[in-house]
Amino acid sequence: MRIGVLALQGAFIEHEKSLRSLGCETVQVRKREQLENIDGLIIPGGESTTIGKLMNDFDIADPIKALAEQGMPVFGTCAGLIVLARDIVNSTQPRLGLMNITARRNAFGRQVDSFETDLQIEGLGPEPFRAVFIRAPYIEEVGDGVEVLATVDGKIVFAREKNFMAAAFHPELTDDTRVHRLFINFCKTFHNLR
Amino acid sequence: MAEQGTWKVKKGLAEMLKGGVIMDVTTPEQAKIAEEAGACAVMALERVPADIRAAGGVARMADPTIIKRILDAVTIPVMAKCRIGHFVEAQILESLGVDYIDESEVLTPADEQFHVDKNAFKVPFVCGARNLGEALRRIGEGAAMIRTKGEPGTGDVVEAVRHMRMVMSEIRKLQNLPEEELMTAAKEMGAPYNLVVEVAKLGRLPVVNFAAGGIATPADAALMMQLGCDGIFVGSGIFKSGDPAKRAKAIVAATTHYNDPQVLAEVSKDLGEPMVGINISTLADVDRMQERGW
Repeated sequence: MRIGVLALQGAFIEHEKSLRSLGCETVQVRKREQLENIDGLIIPGGESTTIGKLMNDFDIADPIKALAEQGMPVFGTCAGLIVLARDIVNSTQPRLGLMNITARRNAFGRQVDSFETDLQIEGLGPEPFRAVFIRAPYIEEVGDGVEVLATVDGKIVFAREKNFMAAAFHPELTDDTRVHRLFINFCKTFHNLR
Repeated sequence: MAEQGTWKVKKGLAEMLKGGVIMDVTTPEQAKIAEEAGACAVMALERVPADIRAAGGVARMADPTIIKRILDAVTIPVMAKCRIGHFVEAQILESLGVDYIDESEVLTPADEQFHVDKNAFKVPFVCGARNLGEALRRIGEGAAMIRTKGEPGTGDVVEAVRHMRMVMSEIRKLQNLPEEELMTAAKEMGAPYNLVVEVAKLGRLPVVNFAAGGIATPADAALMMQLGCDGIFVGSGIFKSGDPAKRAKAIVAATTHYNDPQVLAEVSKDLGEPMVGINISTLADVDRMQERGW
């Protein structure tokens, strides 16, 4: 299994560590050539405006969209969720827009409002997942075909649609690898198709 | 149960800034230019270091009005500086809602012996360091992010290079020491023993480590990244140059593609005048900001 991690800006090394601990090979993606032969792509946490602009400036937004259309799994965490959203409240920033969701940025407040909490995640069993939220967004609205996997105080923080997953929290900052395993399972299906 | 202000949350924001550029700004307009250029955060100031240096006198925390206006102007994180040891300036900045506080040698120190007890705050802190001992003392006090001090407001990268090389070389030395020598190493560098043990094990600082102080060009930023830092602060280098928007964008691209000389050559073209620098060797000892902090 060979999974790409978009390495334009943000916490890409942490995702690589989580993936490697599960036996995956990882590739840092900064240019379009690096998208070749990957079974899935993670868009990490960071600044969504920075990541969006660099994606356009270095012409990798379109190749990612093309691969996503072919079924390549894409998982966005925090900034990555925003980049995946079709609509972003009060923003015209560059994005991939692959998921039928509306994201609200900095939705829980500024850094002093950042928090960690126990999440019940659909499909991960009864054991709660310790989730870290940093200046996090949430999903304000979901369209058809989007499955909600977790909420905090009624706000959607984890969702899935076709070959896409988006989380408002940072599974790469904790040692619990269950969320990464969930994504790797999608990637396996795509890998076998390829 | 939801918990705020935890170590994970404080350190976590710095993790999200990695591979990015944090730019000094003095107005909401500059903050917008920085955001538009792809800055991952801005540092809200009343004056950039080069102007603080030129003005002389006592440099203090910025006017809350300026900080508020910058907080309202952009969606990216906003940092602000307090004086070394001035915990009340830090309290004020926390109440304003800034996302990170820089307890900074760029401002005139308020305490010649003690730094702020950063563990007492919910907002995270970044601090400057010239060597490993200094970095670990700051982390011991609660800093969730470290940067080199460099020599601010000069446009001369030599001190940032010195400090980054120093920290990296001291980490490599620790990694090679047998367990029983670590206590003496901790004593000699004046650092908390538990952090020395952690660094020896990790082979890096336990928090994110940025470069700062004198970075003025895309090549400077890439140099610091290749030396092993996690991201870049640019102070006077952008808004004291001829074409700030273009230079800011180029430094952002150079920080991402720091290992790709072709991209670096491309983004370094036609940037206009860089900031007028001050050669470090002509700077009197009393004017060196990096000597501030203990």
